[in-house]
Amino acid sequence: MERYIFYMVALIMIVSAIASVSSRKMLRSVIYLLFVLVSIAGIFFLIDYNFLAAVQLTVYAGGIIVLMIFSVLLVHHIEMRLEVAKVSKRILTAIACIIGIGVFVTTIYSYDFKVEGIATTTTTEDIGIGLLSFGEGGFILPFEVISVILLAAMIGAIVIAKGKRLEPNNDETL
Amino acid sequence: MNISLSITKNIHDWLLSIMPESAANIVEMVLIGLLYLAIFAILGLFLVLLERRIAAWFQLRIGPNRVGFHGLLQTMADALKLLSKELTGTTKADKFLYNLAPYFVIVSSLMALAVIPFTKEFHAFDINIGIFFLIAISSVGVIGILLGGWASNNKFALIGAMRSGVQTISYELSVALSLLTMIIITGSLQLSEIIEVQKSGWLIVQGHIPAIIAFMVFMISGTAESNRAPFDMVEAESELGAGFHTEYSGMKFAYFFLAEFINMFIIAAIAATVFFGGWLSPFGITESIPWLGVFWFLGKTFILVFLMMWFRWTFPRLRVDQLLTLEWKYLLPINLVNIIIMALIVWLNLTIQF
Repeated sequence: MERYIFYMVALIMIVSAIASVSSRKMLRSVIYLLFVLVSIAGIFFLIDYNFLAAVQLTVYAGGIIVLMIFSVLLVHHIEMRLEVAKVSKRILTAIACIIGIGVFVTTIYSYDFKVEGIATTTTTEDIGIGLLSFGEGGFILPFEVISVILLAAMIGAIVIAKGKRLEPNNDETL
Repeated sequence: MNISLSITKNIHDWLLSIMPESAANIVEMVLIGLLYLAIFAILGLFLVLLERRIAAWFQLRIGPNRVGFHGLLQTMADALKLLSKELTGTTKADKFLYNLAPYFVIVSSLMALAVIPFTKEFHAFDINIGIFFLIAISSVGVIGILLGGWASNNKFALIGAMRSGVQTISYELSVALSLLTMIIITGSLQLSEIIEVQKSGWLIVQGHIPAIIAFMVFMISGTAESNRAPFDMVEAESELGAGFHTEYSGMKFAYFFLAEFINMFIIAAIAATVFFGGWLSPFGITESIPWLGVFWFLGKTFILVFLMMWFRWTFPRLRVDQLLTLEWKYLLPINLVNIIIMALIVWLNLTIQF
């Protein structure tokens, strides 16, 4: 049963990944990308990583894809189509992709995976304790560093969005 | 799958007796899916009727009262009419995305419905990240609205879709943060455990002042999240025609329409579960009869649904800038302070428990 679900999800993922890069309509590519991301969330659900799956849905499907759709909505008209790249570029990309796939496939097949009999769900409690513990296997330092980086990014976004302050007597100096 | 009422147990045994186990499992999944689809359709139709009757009551009219007993079959007749209508579309629309958009909206609200506990047993998907899953799913629904607005190739629809995106992204924060305030008390995201905690007092009583503030914030932002008046900038009739679904007709329009009402039900159901104890009876008066839980649950939910309809027919519509000011300058700071107060209260053991 689970095997069939895996194959179905994997098939959807591969087909929509190919469709995403080959479609000439911008918003359609974004939607195919959304299908890929949602399928990844499906695979996380399948292996009982519920928290990671929900994060995948919130961050990628709910956040990044919505932002992408927003930018497409703002800049792209429905009748426009994406340009087709030159032949030399396409060949170059194909070679790069094949090399990438080769590296991944050889790594996966040369590694000796251990099969776990029972799947155990990681609860949010475990994740929370893991993030905030400072002993062995705790992630308190990365967690704090990430929060500082996020704060810096937020302040940066506000500064950029505010722009230059308009001085009332700027006109007279011109 | 967590259903074990005596009826479902009988069906389970009967299925096992006539087919192998794996096939019986698949058949059960299909049956549960069909059951939820049926709940979806019936709830949607019933809520539309309720909305129209309540609107009529607020405006001193009678409302639909011709079809069936006191107009009970009115929305059924409307659905039949919508089914028989032609599905139109604009000539230069992106047909694929145009047809895909209603399904995003409907699938996301159907998935959210699966997590909600109707009673202790009637709970299709009791996942250990329950609340977080609901928040994650609700952020997918807006994609359908954005797509529908863009693919219609109509500027009013596009403006409606953009407004919807802005609104949903902003108010998602408040929904999540106000639920997070309650999670501090329960210490678990799983909906069945959240209800288990409330056996010693509903959370709105346990958390007293910050819980009431969180409830108010949740109802305001939940109304905004489901795009209902007074926050219905998405389909402001006086400005945008019908907003993002201007170009939709027939059943595709009905999908958007039904999903809006189901989203309202889901918001009310989450509020009933998290703040008012879900299927728990007040003071445990019917604890010996577990199946009565569904009546308590639906009763609480429909009171909250009535509250949302009351909002709709009482308040005037907000402007876009007022909408964003309300969220970013008032609700978000209130929420952040509220979380700190709640954490303090839980830390100092000031919660009220019976």
